[in-house]
Amino acid sequence: MKPLTNGILKENPVLVLLLGMCPTLATTTSAINGCGMGMATAFVLVCSNLTISLLRNLIPDTVRIPAFVVLIASFVTVVEMLMQAYVPALYDSLGLFIPLIVVNCILLGRAEAFASKNSPVASLLDGLGMGIGFTLALTLLGSIRELLGTGKIFGQTIFPEDYGLLTFVLAPGAFIVLGFLIVIVNKLKK
Amino acid sequence: MVLSLTLISIVVAGLLALVYGLTKDPIALAEQQKQEKAIKEVTPGFNNNPVAEQSEVVLSTGEKLTVFPAKKDGKLVGVAVETNTQQGFSGEIRIMAGFDMNGKVINYTVLKHAETPGLGANMQAWFSDTTKPAQNVIDRQWHNDMKVTKDGGEVDAITAATITSRAFIDAINKAYEAFTVMKGGQNE
Repeated sequence: MKPLTNGILKENPVLVLLLGMCPTLATTTSAINGCGMGMATAFVLVCSNLTISLLRNLIPDTVRIPAFVVLIASFVTVVEMLMQAYVPALYDSLGLFIPLIVVNCILLGRAEAFASKNSPVASLLDGLGMGIGFTLALTLLGSIRELLGTGKIFGQTIFPEDYGLLTFVLAPGAFIVLGFLIVIVNKLKK
Repeated sequence: MVLSLTLISIVVAGLLALVYGLTKDPIALAEQQKQEKAIKEVTPGFNNNPVAEQSEVVLSTGEKLTVFPAKKDGKLVGVAVETNTQQGFSGEIRIMAGFDMNGKVINYTVLKHAETPGLGANMQAWFSDTTKPAQNVIDRQWHNDMKVTKDGGEVDAITAATITSRAFIDAINKAYEAFTVMKGGQNE
């Protein structure tokens, strides 16, 4: 169970390992965007971790990085096509960031640091844990930014939009909220 | 080494082909539904099939736009134009705009954009706020030379997003041109 719980808080990819900052900062303009991005990444992470772990003895060390990248890229393309077909609205709002999951360092990082050295079951759990941790962090970040910026969470009005501080929906807000979240997590860990 | 990489590539290519085959129809369907929904939103009640009767209109700049005629009992009551502009703050903006036969904007819907969230991205709400006549374009009689107030025109631009607003007006201007070209063709 340790690989599963590790990713959620103790080694949370966003708030502790500080990996995958680009999608974290850019897509969390609203709770639903953060959640969608998190789940898409989690799906790719679980698939890539499992396959890479299954193939870890077949892939020669010298070409392991290209092999990992090819595998990850194909899973991302699969997710992209599935999202385009079944959740077109979310696909439209995440846009460019779906293909960019390929270069998310969490994926390559877990493939290299965990899946290529551990059993398929442990890798699957690790991917799931990291994926959940990533999704939770992004949803939390998205919710806070959406609430402070527009007065809504998941599109539900909490207070009138006129009292919102637009900064939080824009890029600076992402850095500020993320910074405070990291502070809180660091404090809690001690 | 080369062999294993080649093998992996072949297998994943097969997987991608499979998923592509499975999702091709749902993707096309989703796109079509989106288009039909947009047409419905921007035209008055019609009972023909605007998608089946779509045609292409060539603008004076040489660009081509797709127009969807909305007909009620065989009579043209409005036109939906799928328009675009490259002048957005972050790339292309695609809009479906609907006109009635007098050239008034009935409604519009933004199909695709990458404008700044909270600023330019508000164009869907901003230009359709009927309580604020200075910025609203709904029911506005359009003409060839529409501009934002900052450029000496009559439509108030979105606060802190003048570039997006200019692009928006540019897209509607193109749609209006397509509409007049098409209407001219109808009268002949």
